[in-house]
Amino acid sequence: MAELQFREAIKAAIDEEMAKDEKVFVMGEEVAEYNGAYKTTEGLLDKYGYKRVIDTPISELGFAGIGVGAAMNGLRPIVEFMTFNFAVLAADQIINHASKVKYMTGGQISCPIVFRGPNASAGQLGATHSVAYDSMYAHFPGLKVIYTSEPDDAKGLLKSAIRDDNPVLFMESEQMYGLKGEVSDEDDYIIPIGKGKIKREGSDVTLVAHGKMYHLAVKAAEQLAKDGVECEIIDPRTVKPLDLPMIIESIKKTNRCVLLDEAHPFGGLAAEVGFLVQREAFDYLDAPVQRVTLPDVCAPFAKNLFDLWYPSVKQVVDAVNQVTYRN
Amino acid sequence: MAIKIEMPKLSDTMEEGVIAKWNVKEGDKISAGDIIAEVETDKATMDVEAFDDGILLKIIPGEGDAVPLGGLIAVIGEEGEDISDILDGTEGGSSEGSSKEENDSEKEDSSSGENKESKKDNKSDEKSEKPSDSSSSSDNGRVKASPLAKKMAEDKGIDISSVEGSGPEGRVVKKDIEDFKESASSGSGLSKPSGSSDHSKTFESLESKEVKVSQMRKVIARRLSESKFTNPHFYETIDIDMKAAMAARSSMNEANDVKISFNDIVVKACAIALTRHQAINSSWHDDVIKEHGDVHVAVAVAIDEGLMTPVINHADKKGLSQISAETRELAGLARDRKLQPEQMEGSTFTISNLGMFGIEEFTAIINPPNACILAVGAIRDVPVVENGAVVPGKRMKITLSSDHRIVDGAKAAQFLNTVRNLLENPLSMLL
Repeated sequence: MAELQFREAIKAAIDEEMAKDEKVFVMGEEVAEYNGAYKTTEGLLDKYGYKRVIDTPISELGFAGIGVGAAMNGLRPIVEFMTFNFAVLAADQIINHASKVKYMTGGQISCPIVFRGPNASAGQLGATHSVAYDSMYAHFPGLKVIYTSEPDDAKGLLKSAIRDDNPVLFMESEQMYGLKGEVSDEDDYIIPIGKGKIKREGSDVTLVAHGKMYHLAVKAAEQLAKDGVECEIIDPRTVKPLDLPMIIESIKKTNRCVLLDEAHPFGGLAAEVGFLVQREAFDYLDAPVQRVTLPDVCAPFAKNLFDLWYPSVKQVVDAVNQVTYRN
Repeated sequence: MAIKIEMPKLSDTMEEGVIAKWNVKEGDKISAGDIIAEVETDKATMDVEAFDDGILLKIIPGEGDAVPLGGLIAVIGEEGEDISDILDGTEGGSSEGSSKEENDSEKEDSSSGENKESKKDNKSDEKSEKPSDSSSSSDNGRVKASPLAKKMAEDKGIDISSVEGSGPEGRVVKKDIEDFKESASSGSGLSKPSGSSDHSKTFESLESKEVKVSQMRKVIARRLSESKFTNPHFYETIDIDMKAAMAARSSMNEANDVKISFNDIVVKACAIALTRHQAINSSWHDDVIKEHGDVHVAVAVAIDEGLMTPVINHADKKGLSQISAETRELAGLARDRKLQPEQMEGSTFTISNLGMFGIEEFTAIINPPNACILAVGAIRDVPVVENGAVVPGKRMKITLSSDHRIVDGAKAAQFLNTVRNLLENPLSMLL
C-alpha cells in the first residue's frame, strides 16, 4: 500500500492505462501544458507527447464530440471537464450520442469513452458551479456513472472505466483532490464497476453514501457511536450499475436505512434507492427510509445560506435518530 | 352539518370497544335516543345511543371490528351531504382509513374472514392452521406496525394487535416485538411441549387449535398480571369450625324462601369484619392509602369466557336474604354478560369461593384496587378432638391474600380471627 492523494491516484490510473494501451489518450482544457487544472495529468505530456495529451479550446461540446467520434473509431479517449457543471454544454454528445450509438447501430459501433472531472458543490461557487450530476446521467440508459470517495476506489475504478467498452462518467471533487489515502500498489489494480464496499460495519442502521457524502456519513457514524448507535456505511462507489444486493443485505441486518445524496431530492439517486429498498426489503424495514440531500433549491453563494443548504452531520444524525426511534 | 359519532367510554377501564351489532344501516333515519349499536367492552355488551337526529351517512367499523376510545364509528347528517372531509380527517388519529375508497377496501378486508371471497379467504384459511394468525389488521381495526414488526410477529405467532407500539402514533416496531417476546417467553416455553408433538403422531389427540384472546381475557390477563407482579402478595390460612354456621343456615332456610348459601354467610361475616378492620378495606394510591368508609364486597363469578366480579354494595348493612338475592341476580347477569359496568365497580374487598368444587384451600390474586382477597375452600368432614375425644367435625379453610404494601401479617391475622369468630358464632353477626 502506498499513501497517495486523490489526484495522484487518478494520475496513476491514467498513466498505467496509457502505458498499457496506446489507444488511450487524454483531452481537455489545460490537461497538457498546464499539467491539468487540478494536476491530475501532471507529467503525462512529457511522458506521452502532444498526440496523446491534448489541450483543447474552451469548447466542451466540440471536444466532447471529437472524443465520441474517436471512440466510435476505435480509440479510448479520456475527456476531462474542468467540472461537470461545464459538461452541461456537452450534454448532447454525452446523452444523445455516446449513450445511444451502440443501441442505434444494433451493437455494431461501441463508444468506449471516459468523461471525467469534478462534480457537485465545492463550497461557495454559486448556483451554476455547484450541481451534482451523477443522478442525472444515471437516468440515461447506456451510461455508466462512477463517483468515488477515496483514492483507492478512484484508482481501481478509473482503470476499469478506461477499459470498459461503454461510455463511463467518472466523477471526482475539487475538495477531495488533496485527500490522502492508502492505495493498493498491487500490479494492475482493478475494482470492478458496479461493486459497492461496506466501509464500516454496524448493526443498527445502514447509511448509503458515495462521493463527498461518504465522508459526512463517517463523521455522523463516529458521533452516533458515542451514543451507542452503530452505523453500517455502504459506499456504492458506482452509481450505475448500482450494487443493490449489498444494500439490501445490509438492511436485512440493520432494518433501517438512511440515504445520503449530494444531489437535489426530486428524482435523485436517493429517491431511486429508496424505491428499490422498499420493494426489495419491505418486510425487513422497521422504519420508513430517510434521506439526506440538498434541498430543492439552487446553491446560494452567501456563506450563512450555503451552510444551511449543504447537507450536514446533524441532518444525518437526526435522520438516524428518526429511523431508530430515538427522538 | 354532519355529526361524528365516536366510540364512547362505556366503562372506566375501557380502551377500545368491539362493535357487536349494528342496529341501523347506512341511509337510515336516526332520532336522538335511538340505540344504534351494541358494543362489547372489556366488561359487558353495552348499547350505543344516538344523541342527534339525522340520516346515518356512514358506518365505519363493521361488526366484530375493534375501535379505540374516541375513534369514529359513524357519521350522521343530512341526506347527500359531503362528508369526505370528516372521513379524511380520520386518517391520522383514528384507526380507520381515510378516503371512501380506502374504507370500502378495508371493509372488504375485514369481511373476507367470514364470506367466501375466493383468493383471500383461502389464504387466511391456510394460515390459520399455522401457528400464526395474520389477521391482526383485518379483524381488529388497523394496527400500525412496521413491515418488519409485522413479519416478526407473524413468524413468532404473536397477535400484533396485542402488542403495544412505541413508535410514532403507536406504530409497533421491532423493539416492541422483541420486548413482547421476552415478557411472554416463559409462558410459551411451557406450552411448547404439549403443542409440538412428536408423540401426537403415535397417540390420538385432540386437535390443537388457537383461541383468539377475547376482550375479557385481555383485561383479566392485564389486570391480574399487573396485580400479581406489582403487589407483594402474602397469604394466611385459617381453619374454621363450621358446625354452628351450618346449623344456623339450615334453620334460616327452613323459615325463609330465599335460600341462604354458605357463600352468603361468608360475605356477611367478612363485611362485618371489614368494618372492624378498616385497614383491610383499603387501597394503595402511591402517596396515600385510602381506607374506605363503605364496605362493598365483590364476588368472583366464573363464566364460560372467564371471570367477573359483581359487587354487593354496603354488604355490611344488608341482611343475609338480601345479600343472597342480590348475589344470585348479579351472578345470573354475569353469566348472560348483561352486567352493567357500575355493577362491577367500586369494590373494596373480594371473595372467591371454590368450595363447591371440593377445593380444600387455594390462594387468590388480589383484585385491584383492593388490598385483600379471600379464597374460600370447601367444608370438609374431619375428625376433631373435643374434650379429649375424637369426634366428627366440619371444617372450612379460608386463605387471605394481602398486599403487603398496605397490610401486615398481624393485621391480616386479626381480620381472619374476627371472620372466624363470626362464622363460629353466627348469632354474633346480629350484634
